[in-house]
Amino acid sequence: MKFQIEDVTVYFPYDHIYPEQYSYMIELKRALDAKGHCLLEMPTGTGKTIALLSLITSYTLSKPSNPVKLLYCTRTVHEMEKTLAELKLLHRYQVESVGPSARMLALGLSSRKNLCVNLEVVSAENRDSVDAGCRKLTASWVRALAVENGNVPTCEFFERYEKAGADAVLPPGVYTLQDLRVFGKEKGWCPYFLARHMVQFANVVVYSYQYLLDPKVAGIISKEMQRESVVVFDEAHNIDNVCIEALSVSVRRQTLEGATRNLNKMSQEIDRFKATDAGRLRAEYNRLVDGLAQRGNLPLGDTWLANPALPDDILKEAVPGNIRRAEHFLSVLRRLVQYLKGRLETENVEKEGPVTFVNSVNSHVGIDQKMLKFCYDRLHSLMLTLEITDTDEFLHIQTICDFATLVGTYTRGFSIIIEPYDERMPHIPDPVLQLSCHDASLAIKPVFDRFQSVVITSGTLSPIDLYPRLLNFNPVVSRSFTMSLTRDCICPMVLSRGSDQLPVSTKFDLRSDPGVERNYGRLLLEMVSVVPDGIVCFFVSYSYMDAIVNSWNETGILKEIMQRKLVFIETQDVVETTLALDNYRKACDCGRGAVFFSVARGKVAEGIDFDRHYGRLVIMFGVPFQYTLSRILLARLEYLRETFQIKEGDFLTFDALRQAAQCVGRVIRSKADYGMMIFADKRYTRHDKRSKLPSWILSHLRDAHLNLSTDMAVHIAREFLRKMAQPYDKTGGGGKKTLLSQEDLEKMNGTEGMMF
Amino acid sequence: MTDAQVVKRAKYKSSVKDPGVRGILKMTRERFVFMPNDPTLPVRLNVEFRLIKGHKSSKEGSNRPALLNLTQDQGNYIFEFENFSDRELCRDFVAKAITSSGEVGGPTSEKAVPLKDEQLSSAEMERRIKLLQEDSELQKLHKQFVIGGVLSETEFWATRKKLLDVNASRKAKQRVGLKSDMIFNVKPSSDGQSNRVTFNLTPEMIHQIFAEKPAVRQAYLNFVPNKMTEKDFWTKYWRAQYLHSTKNIVAAAAEAAEDEELAVFLKQDAILASETRQKIRKVDPTLDMEADEGDDYTHIPGHGLAIETTKDEMEAQYEPYKRSFLQDINRHAAVVLEGRTVDVETGDTRSVAEALASSKRIELAKEASDGNVHQERLDRITRMAEIEDLQAPRDPPVAPLCIKDPRDYFDSQQVQLGGTRQVKSRLSTSEAYGSLRVYISEIRNIGLSDPIVKPEVAIKVFNVLTQNISSSKYQLGKNPHESILDTLPSVTKEELLLHWTSIQELLKHFWSSYPITTSYLYAKVSRLKDAMSQIYPKLQEIKESVQSDSRHQVSLLVQPMLQALDAAFAHYDLDQQKRSAKSGEKPNGYV
Repeated sequence: MKFQIEDVTVYFPYDHIYPEQYSYMIELKRALDAKGHCLLEMPTGTGKTIALLSLITSYTLSKPSNPVKLLYCTRTVHEMEKTLAELKLLHRYQVESVGPSARMLALGLSSRKNLCVNLEVVSAENRDSVDAGCRKLTASWVRALAVENGNVPTCEFFERYEKAGADAVLPPGVYTLQDLRVFGKEKGWCPYFLARHMVQFANVVVYSYQYLLDPKVAGIISKEMQRESVVVFDEAHNIDNVCIEALSVSVRRQTLEGATRNLNKMSQEIDRFKATDAGRLRAEYNRLVDGLAQRGNLPLGDTWLANPALPDDILKEAVPGNIRRAEHFLSVLRRLVQYLKGRLETENVEKEGPVTFVNSVNSHVGIDQKMLKFCYDRLHSLMLTLEITDTDEFLHIQTICDFATLVGTYTRGFSIIIEPYDERMPHIPDPVLQLSCHDASLAIKPVFDRFQSVVITSGTLSPIDLYPRLLNFNPVVSRSFTMSLTRDCICPMVLSRGSDQLPVSTKFDLRSDPGVERNYGRLLLEMVSVVPDGIVCFFVSYSYMDAIVNSWNETGILKEIMQRKLVFIETQDVVETTLALDNYRKACDCGRGAVFFSVARGKVAEGIDFDRHYGRLVIMFGVPFQYTLSRILLARLEYLRETFQIKEGDFLTFDALRQAAQCVGRVIRSKADYGMMIFADKRYTRHDKRSKLPSWILSHLRDAHLNLSTDMAVHIAREFLRKMAQPYDKTGGGGKKTLLSQEDLEKMNGTEGMMF
Repeated sequence: MTDAQVVKRAKYKSSVKDPGVRGILKMTRERFVFMPNDPTLPVRLNVEFRLIKGHKSSKEGSNRPALLNLTQDQGNYIFEFENFSDRELCRDFVAKAITSSGEVGGPTSEKAVPLKDEQLSSAEMERRIKLLQEDSELQKLHKQFVIGGVLSETEFWATRKKLLDVNASRKAKQRVGLKSDMIFNVKPSSDGQSNRVTFNLTPEMIHQIFAEKPAVRQAYLNFVPNKMTEKDFWTKYWRAQYLHSTKNIVAAAAEAAEDEELAVFLKQDAILASETRQKIRKVDPTLDMEADEGDDYTHIPGHGLAIETTKDEMEAQYEPYKRSFLQDINRHAAVVLEGRTVDVETGDTRSVAEALASSKRIELAKEASDGNVHQERLDRITRMAEIEDLQAPRDPPVAPLCIKDPRDYFDSQQVQLGGTRQVKSRLSTSEAYGSLRVYISEIRNIGLSDPIVKPEVAIKVFNVLTQNISSSKYQLGKNPHESILDTLPSVTKEELLLHWTSIQELLKHFWSSYPITTSYLYAKVSRLKDAMSQIYPKLQEIKESVQSDSRHQVSLLVQPMLQALDAAFAHYDLDQQKRSAKSGEKPNGYV
């Protein structure tokens, strides 16, 4: 369908549109017009992504003189694939209705691991080995060697891509990662470097958050994006955590040991170069004197993860004199590693700010703040000079330099925490030194500054006024949309008691109570016999899930559950979890029905949809609070209280409830879909907890469903499922329209025009 | 007859639970004789097969007794054989003996007809018995007519050739899937006194273990029986399971270091790991979380916050022994979902292991050569990306109909139509016809006056006539699935249904014997006629026995049966007359 929003003709690939999608587009358009940032909360299952994509692409189509580029950030690669699939649909429709002028280039971008087509390289087991494997074949000095000596292996795809030069372009279209690989294989061009190159010219780029937020990656991928871009962070409820993680480093004993090995290897290399090619080292020194930390424009194959500090904070000056010489720099690093080793020996928990830490480094081993700050760039330069290609071996020393650079750059918003052992297992010594960032606004600041519009959107942004404070920005539009439902297709319930009327909770004193475990088990057991197809269960942590599954196995509850449905479980092994999910879907497709056990804050909760028959019921066992004794969390809470006057309790509840809402929100995808949500913990009955849930859940949470026991919940579930199985009028006849056609929209526009 | 007699060792039992008396069972064509080993015991049998009405046998299974039960009018004889093959032999023999003696005892004594003397293979016999066991209705009919002497075994089956054929052509019916339970996940039972624990292992469990743990399967193929006996193998397996359940990785590693065979069970499954690598490549990209890991630069070791990392960081040497129960659950569910890939009797452990191993190989080869998977996956993603209710459905949502044997489907449809609906439609026409006749006769009596009938009278007549129809219509109208039968008491209902099926059976045979060309057919027809005339009064009885309010409906049900029988009798009488007229001309003809 095609309709007008003010001066923009929107092409929408479906015959109908939800009213909330329409108002979402209006708000979005206002933000684009104002060239400002916006914050939009819209319930899951109302087609956020397609509304966003079709408005922004249509906006560009309507204003060809001033095209905006869309940088769409997703949390995960599989969300990237989903987004691109929707974009494909939209693109096909737009080309059909507008003609070839609507053609655009859209592509997903990921790491070498996901894009490489060189079989030898990509068969390596993790990302770092793939990266290193690629460098071994494509680094400039390797290729220079290969020209002289035919026996030196190179990557045929990269060579052919280089040879094609400016001709190597992607024709317009929408490319998923798979499409890129297929295209690359066909042409014989390296898809990774092709995609990296094409990102500058593409109309839509879909990539992971980190490509914008993590300065290490953003520095090489996103530095050339123009200002006239719209940046979208989808599913952004956790964006503050991503920002914080991007600037945090942790150092363990293994890291330090590895770093020492790396340093030894490097000093051997330096000796070798001194003997054979002393000129190289001298050339590097001269370059550093000239103030070039980097070698200017690096060949494509030599790029590295960029400086971990944010671009604005990197000093544009020459590398300090005392680390210009390679061997001097190595000795500085040795002293730093030695110092960190000493700090890890502590028996008490220590916490200090960066300033104190830097002072103490200076007084103990004589490394000043400026030297620390240049560590990362100096290391980078040295490794290039030494022509090191197996970068995966040198991760440890990189970590140390990351740490040094960050600690030397920032004076506030960070703290350094040294823990001799994990709080939960005091008998196992596992010392860790963490540089943890508390201020989410630091990492995202350059994004807000650089791009004209940043859209932060998710199904769960409640309370919506908190995010501008956490991220420190001023949105021009900040709105929370409710959901207009044709029928009550979601059914949230709060279950506070088991069938024996005893309270259920994952509160610390209750969680390992056998009565609670049994009641939780009984709840699931009752539900598997009532609910068809798929059921998803979320637990508060891996360890709790492991314990409760074992306990259910002991008591035979698991066996009884298995008689009704197959059981699949998320484990910490992603490969295994992926296969389990795939099988879970198969079991739901073939009608056998299955239960999926998952963890709130886990990878599955983050981005896998359990829509339609893949999830008719979600049970959230407990309230997913963070581990409140964690030093890092405590430090962050303290920072939040001091800087933003946010109370600890409020923040913890907010954080737990957004996770819970995120988990249960995965069941709904459209208004034709339906699903139940059970919050199984007595703490949800309290108003201060419950009220933090997003409004679209709260508005369907009836008073009668606030304090249920298992048998009542089963009864409600039966009724609900029976009601949902009936055919219904999709347009929601009568008073409120829940599905708008083109005529409806035209009529609405007409009346609006008359009103003004 | 190749074997005129059979002699087997068996136990005679008065009931199934009875321990039984050991002895020798000797069967000839006419009789069977049982002599106990201990001649002092009073149990000595000498029974003619003529008196035996039928036979039953227990199901085959490794731990069940091989029983054969010969039923008589009063009481029965139960024999337990040493093994199933003996039982099989005797059962076939008994079946033949009963049929032949039944023929002897039957109303005609014409044994010379070649049609009857059919040699049955044991497989054939088996199939018939199986059919009877599966279909209780068929069994009832069989009991009523074959054992009752109205039809011979051959005649009975002759009209059901198709049933036999079809079953032969598709021996494998719907395959039974795997159980959802993890049946091998059992706790050991201990006797409570010593430290001994006992594990029970069934063939089904072995099958599941082999399917879910390819390493165990491979180990079995490698070790048994060259390196160790089967018993040792499973003892080792359970020992490993036990060690695993104690969750003491260090102890497990220590044991494994000493015993390389045990280590196989304790280590992680290498075959499984390689399968996993294969599968992960084919996974739906919209849920491929492995790809995420490849894109996650924040979690370079040491970066980001150490949230919930694996706390039990074991030393590298214990790594291969780490295995979690959660993994087992996932693996189990995956195997169940794949379904039963091999069609081997679960009895022989080795053949199960081999079959599973080879089927896996075939599967892998097939997957490797399969090119469309990618396209299918893409289509699927596009489908999933659409929002269903914003778009009018592209094409009517139809599920592809999959009928294995179309004949089954259409035949059953016809049976349904013929069975119930025809009766109903006949009701309305006959009723219409009846009321028309009433009118005509009334007009005849009264003549065409104006008005023909007084409205009050007309309404009265109409009401009386249609009361039953409308009431039954009313009752029927409420629920389309309900038929008159359901409103009847269940005893009557069952009786009616039984008669209906038996009349059908008899009529089928009756009409198929015309024209009568041989004396055998003649005898058959007369037998059938007798049987039918026995049912006739029973139907009448049913009609009268029911309460008055539903009598009308029952009579409507019974009427077509009676009509059909009447037609048959009429035909029979007509034919009889013709025959007797002809018989004068043919004095040396048939009876």
